[in-house]
Amino acid sequence: MNMILIAVVSLGAIGLVSAIVLYVASKKFAVYEDPRIAQVAEVLPQANCGGCGFPGCSGFAAACVKAGSLEGKLCPVGGQPTMEKVAAILGLKAEASEPKVAVVRCNGTCDNRPRLTQYDGVRSCVVANATGGGETGCFFGCLGYGDCANACQFGAIRINPQTGLPEVDETKCTACGACAKTCPRNIIEIRPRGKNNRRVYVQCVNKDKGALARKVCDAACIGCGKCVKTCPFEAITLENNLAYIDPAKCKACRKCEMECLQGAIVAVNFPPRKQRETVSAEIEQPEVKP
Amino acid sequence: MENKLIVSLSPHVHSGDSIQRNMYGVLIALIPALLVSFFVFGLGAIIVTLTSVAACLFFEWAITKYILKRDGNTLWDGSAAITGILLAFNLPSNLPVWIVIIGALVAIGIGKMTFGGLGCNPFNPALIGRVFLLISFPVQMTSWPQAGQWGAYLDAETGATPLALMKQAIKSGDPSVLNDLPSSLLLLIGFPENCQAGAGCLGEICALALLLGLAYMLWKKIISWHIPISILATVFVFSGLMHLANPVYASPVQHLLTGGLMLGAIFMATDYVTSPMSHKGMLVYGVCIGFLTVVIRTFGAYPEGMSFAILIMNAFTPLINTYCKPKRYGEVAKK
Amino acid sequence: MKTFRIGGVHPAANKLSAGKAIEPLALPRQAVFPLSQHIGAPATPLVKKGDTVKVGTRIAEAGGFVSAPIFSSVSGKVNKIDSVIDASGYRKPAIYIDVEGDEWEPDIDRSTTLLKTCDLSPEEIVSRIKEAGIVGMGGACFPTHVKLSPPAGCKATCVIINGVECEPYLTADHRLMLEKPDEILVGICILMKAAKVNRAYIAIENNKPDAIRLLSEKAKAYAGIEVIPLQVKYPQGGEKQLIDAVIRRQVPAPPALPIHVGAIVQNVGTVFAIYEAVQKHKPLFERIVTVTGKSLKTPSNFLTRLGTPMSQLIEAAGGMPEDTGKVIGGGPMMGKALMSTDIPICKGSSGVLLMNEHEARRATPQPCIRCAKCVSVCPMGLEPYLLATCSAHGDWDRVEHEQIMSCIECGSCQFTCPSHRPILDNIRLGKGKVGAIIRARNTKK
Repeated sequence: MNMILIAVVSLGAIGLVSAIVLYVASKKFAVYEDPRIAQVAEVLPQANCGGCGFPGCSGFAAACVKAGSLEGKLCPVGGQPTMEKVAAILGLKAEASEPKVAVVRCNGTCDNRPRLTQYDGVRSCVVANATGGGETGCFFGCLGYGDCANACQFGAIRINPQTGLPEVDETKCTACGACAKTCPRNIIEIRPRGKNNRRVYVQCVNKDKGALARKVCDAACIGCGKCVKTCPFEAITLENNLAYIDPAKCKACRKCEMECLQGAIVAVNFPPRKQRETVSAEIEQPEVKP
Repeated sequence: MENKLIVSLSPHVHSGDSIQRNMYGVLIALIPALLVSFFVFGLGAIIVTLTSVAACLFFEWAITKYILKRDGNTLWDGSAAITGILLAFNLPSNLPVWIVIIGALVAIGIGKMTFGGLGCNPFNPALIGRVFLLISFPVQMTSWPQAGQWGAYLDAETGATPLALMKQAIKSGDPSVLNDLPSSLLLLIGFPENCQAGAGCLGEICALALLLGLAYMLWKKIISWHIPISILATVFVFSGLMHLANPVYASPVQHLLTGGLMLGAIFMATDYVTSPMSHKGMLVYGVCIGFLTVVIRTFGAYPEGMSFAILIMNAFTPLINTYCKPKRYGEVAKK
Repeated sequence: MKTFRIGGVHPAANKLSAGKAIEPLALPRQAVFPLSQHIGAPATPLVKKGDTVKVGTRIAEAGGFVSAPIFSSVSGKVNKIDSVIDASGYRKPAIYIDVEGDEWEPDIDRSTTLLKTCDLSPEEIVSRIKEAGIVGMGGACFPTHVKLSPPAGCKATCVIINGVECEPYLTADHRLMLEKPDEILVGICILMKAAKVNRAYIAIENNKPDAIRLLSEKAKAYAGIEVIPLQVKYPQGGEKQLIDAVIRRQVPAPPALPIHVGAIVQNVGTVFAIYEAVQKHKPLFERIVTVTGKSLKTPSNFLTRLGTPMSQLIEAAGGMPEDTGKVIGGGPMMGKALMSTDIPICKGSSGVLLMNEHEARRATPQPCIRCAKCVSVCPMGLEPYLLATCSAHGDWDRVEHEQIMSCIECGSCQFTCPSHRPILDNIRLGKGKVGAIIRARNTKK
């Protein structure tokens, strides 16, 4: 009996003391946090991808609340709907944003770009990039070891074993930019998805002179400048032997795609060419898409 | 297309060392002690060892294949076999087969594979198995058969271990109890058949065989001297001081030669995965193990403290790694 | 016998070409001179397409203080200034010269007589070294005149001549010491004068007893020069390891330089080049290159004009074996695997090593078993396993704190790793990133 009493009293005393300590600590060391931060964080996707440029979703929430305006702030994962929810909570107005997607600017498949050497080291693009030019003669193109695929938290990129190149699953891609940041050669670009998901871009980043670029890869941009002349909207610029299509100016007319001898300009998500031909007679010679 | 050249970063040559080479080296170093244990404990030793090794290999294979679902075959890298033998070395030879299998399951399953397999476990798997059995089956684990009963297994007659006698001497406060210990020579070469305290686990019966293993591993550069020597030296010095202060405590030589001290210092504490990385850290680790062992042996409830000392220091290994850095080049005092 | 105190490994020596005397190699049909053959700013071309040049004509000028001029090793016409894939695996600008005849600049003394006396002042010697485009010929290619111009407040007490050649397979320095001992000793005297010191140590590993014997014998005639035999251990030829081995001092962590402990280290090849530049007016345009490999017919040492494609050396040594898997510029521990054999010989090319397919392949990496062997062999006292893991995870603060920048990339850790882990690959990645972070921080300040 006595023993039970001692046990009850001593345990009770320990419990009481702990409760008091916890109570005092919770009052004394309490940190005030704007309750709206938690509310904003609630509607965010909680992927903590860092695509917004802030450390994780809570960091983004805190920044939104603190800044008092949503200018220049976008959660790439949640996109416009999420930002609207955030705006509703904070009583602000969400900025209109364009949905974006990651595009791989290299078409150096095993067929287009023959392998000259075999790399035998860590299967990581960053390390391979430091080793040398990679397995092919192109020192700008994709190395194919899948750092981007590893960086993607949404399973939207995978390396196609047939081509040795990464492929982006548009339905899964949130344009958080993790892949673009990881790629040691800046091959992946975060581009606007375009109207109806249709976009035209240069699928090459080779800055070598034309002859050299053509020698190492059949699908390389050789910097001939034909596309620049063709473009009715002055959307294409040529720098360092490499063409670039400005997504803001591009109207997706596909003239440049027809003109490119190397097939380095691609247009995605357009309806098949035949239907288009009937609509626009000005395009004379249909070219096989690369 | 001509032969494609291979491109990789330097170095382009390798020493030829491999996990297998090191693990099999340890297995070779275990052979003398294994033979002595077969010779001293006969049938029981053979059954326990074979069961333990077979069970460890089986669990390693089964868990890798069906739970972790890995393709790689780690079965033959030798690490599971070492765990099996070391576990057996820590068991009495009259232990029923089913207990040995449970020990192997805990050692491989909980001690090693839970953390991700080879290289990831924070604690020595064999010791996890042994300590689990020691706590779960205290009676079976602490009734050691007397040496020299070749044909006996479960029916072997049990006897007292030297460490139990040492504990008894401390409890009774009578140093004359220690006179019943086998002579140091017998403890060293390991056939205490007709002595009073001639019982023990499989692997702790012959210090000489274990020392042979140490010599082999040092010669083959499988381990460095830092851990075993620092443990042995600490035990010698610390127990020597205790002995000088009060002869109730056994002499340092008896401490060194009895129980699992040699086994622990040479084969268990030196486990690659769970020991510190820098030489300085290894010395700290060894000294602490030696100290803890003597403390547990003389003041603790259990007669043997090696397993607990090693497990405790395993837990401290990451801390030691953080604070004991190797001597950096350039930090040597300039003349 | 002396050696360095921390770490080290013992790779198989495989000095296949040690017994082969140096042979001059035939002139190439076209010579290619990359503009960055040294550490520091690339050189700027002085010639243009169509210019005629002679052997020893300056074709590119130093691009800064830490830089070096480049000289033509052949006579002929400049074909183009374009780019070439160099040992780094990337395309770099280079001058192409089509060879016509072999006409030398008239002021180069082509006789073999030994010129012992040198009346130049230290400053004049350094400027001649600078004007001759001499860089460290052991492989690092650090411009020699920079080493001889110590920062204010530092004074050299001795020069250490690196005749260690600790890389397996390579024998270029060994042959040079056997065949040009007098020139090397005179070169050392000049170097001592330039550095204003009166002690010089020639460090040679004791797997080259003939070189030790010969140089000890000859060095008796020169005051202040001593041959120090060293125990064989890799990476003894590393500057910091060599200083520790010879004078028992350790260079503090970067940015400290060897000069801070009073030592200037020069390779024997560099010393020979200094002799030729100062006494014979011959700028650096040829060097000794070891061509070796287990499958090669005749592993040899060639006196090669810079700019010669490596394929020509391989041809001269018996042709490319069928089973070649890897071509390495330099030794097997620190050399670079090359993308093709068209890469030209540069100032720092000490060897061309052909490995067969079987040797060249790396074994599959296995999990780290934390055996601590990498820690005990690291000659810089670092923890390679930790640096590699943290680099792979991108923990740049941690690796910087763990002194990743002290790594000399000797490869001992990866050489010794029983799990065949690509330790150095990851450390290099971390070094690159941390280096960039540190540079960015310094420019911000």
